[in-house]
Amino acid sequence: MNSNTTILDQVKKATLLFALLFASVSLANTKEEAQSGDLKTEIKEYIAHHLQDAYDFSLFSYTNEKGEHVYIGAPLPIILWDNGLKVFSSSKFHHGETVAEVDGNYYALYHNKIYRTDANGTINYDEEHHPTNAKPLDFSITKSVVSMFLVVVLMFVLFKKQAESYAKNGGLAGGVGRFLEPIVLYVRDDIARPNIGEKKYKKYINFLLTIFFFIWFLNLLGMTPLGVNVTGNIAVTFGLALLTFIITNVTGTKDYWLHIFDPLGSTMPWFAKLPLYIILIPIEVLGIFIKPFSLLIRLYANMQAGHIVLMSLIGLMFIFKSWIGSPLSFGLAFAISLIEILVAFLQAYIFTMLSALYFGFAAEEHEHH
Amino acid sequence: MEIPALVGAGIVVIGVGMGIGRIGGSAMDAIARQPEAYGKIQTAMLIAAALIEGIGFAALFAV
Repeated sequence: MNSNTTILDQVKKATLLFALLFASVSLANTKEEAQSGDLKTEIKEYIAHHLQDAYDFSLFSYTNEKGEHVYIGAPLPIILWDNGLKVFSSSKFHHGETVAEVDGNYYALYHNKIYRTDANGTINYDEEHHPTNAKPLDFSITKSVVSMFLVVVLMFVLFKKQAESYAKNGGLAGGVGRFLEPIVLYVRDDIARPNIGEKKYKKYINFLLTIFFFIWFLNLLGMTPLGVNVTGNIAVTFGLALLTFIITNVTGTKDYWLHIFDPLGSTMPWFAKLPLYIILIPIEVLGIFIKPFSLLIRLYANMQAGHIVLMSLIGLMFIFKSWIGSPLSFGLAFAISLIEILVAFLQAYIFTMLSALYFGFAAEEHEHH
Repeated sequence: MEIPALVGAGIVVIGVGMGIGRIGGSAMDAIARQPEAYGKIQTAMLIAAALIEGIGFAALFAV
């Protein structure tokens, strides 16, 4: 009897607790539904904004007591080709809030793209809500371009110092060269040599070293509070993969092309090869394009995903709105940041490694047997 | 974003996770058996993992 009542009591208690929990959750939901909806879209917009390239190098922004948005950062030059060269500062857009007037033409920012408009900045749409305004050719120095210039200058200074230190110390690296030398040797001895081969690796090592350090430094720059996302931009990774594509195919030997268009060689008579080649050659030709394509998607997706995860974890702080949010968000973001520093190296390594592998295919020379 | 697409992407990610897990586990076994081949095994592991990872990202970005 006694045990029965205690069980009943426990069930009642559990039900009560459950009901209370449920009620509190639903109460909280109704109370914050309106706010949290806005907050979530705001966080999403913020992340999307961060992932995109920007026309000005803004570090952060806040709203002051008067309700005005204050942006801290620097404007960048905008270069347009629209029946003549138009150069002006991006401060004319006031972060997309106003229309810029240049030599009697009006330009407006819409979804981070520049369109030619009238004096009021009207954007016309077609049925699918795409703007029909004219788009001038855009050669602007954007945030990503500035970051790339920064890395180019940094690389030039660092490696020039390293080269000078060899001359000064009689063949020994000094200063920053002591840090860079093992990495350079690693790229040469563990990436280029085994994949391309002892005979030909010297032809490709310049490109491999350059692309390795360029991607690595840009990836690491993405982890700084500057908030740049250069290697997470598909146009940048497309450019890098295009270089690999061009070098692979321009330096391809006779054996490389024979491998694509005549993979079976003299092992079969021509009438036996013909039905096989109808399938084989298109696959091989497609492979030429898929290889650099996978390079560009991998780098882009990895860096993009890393930034999204990191920004979402920081966004958790504003969603939770309780004491747990801040340490949780900080801890997770810290852990992911450490992983991202590893990923920054890993993606540079894999891009270089696979490029070297493709160069190895291009440089192959069979001893015909 | 429809629910079937999201479920499909989830299934792909499960597959990718299992695949990369297997590669990592097998690489551990191989390194334990032949510690002197550590460098070569690691390189091969990273290449295979990177190739599978690409599929996972393709699925996630298709959603």
